[in-house]
Amino acid sequence: MTVSLGEKVGIIGRNGAGKSTLIRLIGGGEKPTTGAITRTMSISWPIAFSGGFQASLTGRDNLRFICRIYGQNPSDKLSFVKDFSELGDFLDQPIKIYSSGMKARLAFAISMAIDFDCLLIDEIMAVGDAKFNAKSREELFVKRAHKAMIIVSHNMKYIQQNCSRVYLMNDGRLQHFEDVNEAIAVHKTMMAS
Amino acid sequence: MADAAPPGLGRTLVEQLMVQRRVIGALLMREMLTRYGRRNIGFLWLFAEPMMVTVIIAALWTARGLHQYSDIPIVAFAITGYSGIQLWRNMSRRCIDAIEPNRALLRHRPVKMLDIYLARMMLEVVGTTTSFALLCILFLIFSNQILPPENILEVALAWGLFAWFSMGLSITLGALSELTSLVSKFWPPLIYIFYPLSGAMFLVEALPHGLKEFVLYIPLVHANEMLRDGFFGSHFIAHYDAFYLVNWCLGLSIIGLGLSHLTVEHRLS
Repeated sequence: MTVSLGEKVGIIGRNGAGKSTLIRLIGGGEKPTTGAITRTMSISWPIAFSGGFQASLTGRDNLRFICRIYGQNPSDKLSFVKDFSELGDFLDQPIKIYSSGMKARLAFAISMAIDFDCLLIDEIMAVGDAKFNAKSREELFVKRAHKAMIIVSHNMKYIQQNCSRVYLMNDGRLQHFEDVNEAIAVHKTMMAS
Repeated sequence: MADAAPPGLGRTLVEQLMVQRRVIGALLMREMLTRYGRRNIGFLWLFAEPMMVTVIIAALWTARGLHQYSDIPIVAFAITGYSGIQLWRNMSRRCIDAIEPNRALLRHRPVKMLDIYLARMMLEVVGTTTSFALLCILFLIFSNQILPPENILEVALAWGLFAWFSMGLSITLGALSELTSLVSKFWPPLIYIFYPLSGAMFLVEALPHGLKEFVLYIPLVHANEMLRDGFFGSHFIAHYDAFYLVNWCLGLSIIGLGLSHLTVEHRLS
């Protein structure tokens, strides 16, 4: 599987096919048992995923921590993160008290604060309300239209709208499709059988 | 922008060192925040706690009447001895099973396993060294129980070797603890065995001959002797071999670094 700068690539497949595992491998959260991953651009973590954060620290402290690790200035990013995540005063509370939605919004906001070349998007349509979804779309596909993206979704319309190529994952194997519609059709047949 | 180094990583060695410096700095801050919080005197506990414990121990040793056995300044003896113990004991305990609570952070590519150890070790070095130094200064100013060290350079060198030894030991034990759970079970009792064996509680010259030879195989004994030689060396005959200690430090460092490299390769799951 290859992804180049600026490309939007989708990954579809049934539940349990291994899509999220693949995303974790690409992001560096896990090491592959065989094979290799060659990275020539910077890759985000799965953007709504808050597992890389420290539960006992506040949202604000986590932002600072992440910014320091990636060499960004936290003070510039603070107002954006506060606005985008809509967390308000909760930003100064330890994230262990956050609901799962709040954690996901914080993670999303912080991932937008770092300048990654490639964004890993794993089922983020489930995060936040309609207004938040609209904001996310704007941040991702308008402001970061030039970034590479690897998108995992069960929402075929989402894949159709945003991806130029698709990989279909089945039984741990990837099948490449240049034609997004063709991939979706094959996927539909597989799901029906 | 495609040519610039990706956020958090570096292309050249210098850039990578800068990245590591930043990551360790971030881990240090995070470690301080999680351990001491923001309230009260917060981070001051880093050295306040070891200071308090050392004072208590020093009082205990003095009360036990150890000073009756020779004219060794007992307070200096206690402070040097116990501060040394704190260094290798606290550091090794912090590094064992250190990865588990930090596993989430390893998901970020700039963060490496060694960085986690380095951050914790640096914190211990700063805390224990500050405690040691402040105690010496405070006792010097406020009591007549202690005299200024006779050879500050030697004290500093010995303390540096103590720290290096502790770091080598801690990385080795830390990496080992990732490979087997036996370490976290066997090390705590071993610590108690090493309390008396480390030389913190005796001077080599006071030991019977056979025991002297045996005890000089333990590198910590050399560190303690050297530390005390610098402090009040005119009161006793110090028995130590700095090179022996350095060899141990080097050996432990190499083994520790090698082990942590192996662990990363084979067990990041």
